[in-house]
Amino acid sequence: MKAPLTIACHECDLLYELPPLPERSVAKCCRCGAVLQRHKRDSLDRTLAWTIAGLILFVVANAFPFLDLKKGDLVRQTTLITGVMELYQQGMRSVAVLVFLTSILFPAVQLAGLLYLLLPLKVKLLPWWKPASVFRFIQRIHPWAMMEVFMVGILVSMVKLGKLAKVVPGIAIYSFAILIFVLAAAASSMDPHLIWDRLEIDR
Amino acid sequence: MKEEFATALEKSLVSCHSCHLVSKATAIHGKGEMICPRCGSVLHQRKPRSLSRTWALVIAAFIFYIPANVLPITKVTSLGHAQSDTIISGVIYFIQTGMWPIALIIFTASIFVPLAKLLILSFLLISVDRKWQWRPRDRTRLYRITEAIGRWSMTDVYVVTILVALVRLGALANVEAEPGAIFFAAVVVTTMFAAMSFDPRLIWDAMETDHE
Repeated sequence: MKAPLTIACHECDLLYELPPLPERSVAKCCRCGAVLQRHKRDSLDRTLAWTIAGLILFVVANAFPFLDLKKGDLVRQTTLITGVMELYQQGMRSVAVLVFLTSILFPAVQLAGLLYLLLPLKVKLLPWWKPASVFRFIQRIHPWAMMEVFMVGILVSMVKLGKLAKVVPGIAIYSFAILIFVLAAAASSMDPHLIWDRLEIDR
Repeated sequence: MKEEFATALEKSLVSCHSCHLVSKATAIHGKGEMICPRCGSVLHQRKPRSLSRTWALVIAAFIFYIPANVLPITKVTSLGHAQSDTIISGVIYFIQTGMWPIALIIFTASIFVPLAKLLILSFLLISVDRKWQWRPRDRTRLYRITEAIGRWSMTDVYVVTILVALVRLGALANVEAEPGAIFFAAVVVTTMFAAMSFDPRLIWDAMETDHE
């Protein structure tokens, strides 16, 4: 079906001619053990489905109450972005920007970018504006989207505050928790080689 | 392995960092750069100035690591009484109150991981610089781990963010972020950039030159 793919191991530079991979198999570099390529079933459809699910959850996670803190009559309501704004107002601008990028902007750009690329590819069209640059950008920011780490931060904070006051989780936090798994699923169902192939063929 | 195996470098080929297309290392662009014909990235056979760049970032991170641990990261004001916390005092608090799993998470993510990462990267840099032949496969694995665990150090930055957002109960309790948080965030960012700028293929280049 496909011609063998010439690939160099990204960790030790050894060259390979990879034949199309059988179902559920992984090609590893025989010298350094790095994963060269992984077979992904229905990669395009699955990634697209996870991306759409992710976008919906992302909107819910940002629009609805995130965490409430209750102590007697006092109630403090927050959304996902409250912490960023508070940090910014306290003069911690660099930290505020870092948190905003890693927990809100980059995940959003990643999801939106994937939708922008995959939706046209699904109906055999080419995204009209610089698809290669968009895909390159998404892959570059990938290590900086850290929602799952944020979740650990939420759990630690909830335990930490448990003795001081009552922490009430809102709807947003549940969709945030599901979103982490959806993002992981989207990332693992995505086959970059396939997307690059499609972008190239259509050009 | 066998004789027929060769690296892209030996065959004058170059693999693209972003789309992994292998192309001939001759397609010189106007400015003397090679451009990937498929995705348009600038091509390099090895990450440019990988060693000096990574060293610079590792040293910067070592420097940031000190104020990140010495300076307080949060200040809790409760009924007129203010208390500043460093990362370590936070860990000690959790141990004293019996919440040792949380203490372990914070200690691992905020203290152990950044330091381990910096030590591993320094070791890898020295090993490449001296062209060591010792266990290249394990050193590559070490690099892979370093790259994967770095992001988890952000945990404490997020904890500070959430505390600052939530604990706004007027005179009863208030949490503010302190300068230590800036340095700590700087440690996380510089170590991540350091891991990205290191090129694990340099570990294997030392092996090639000796076999010939």
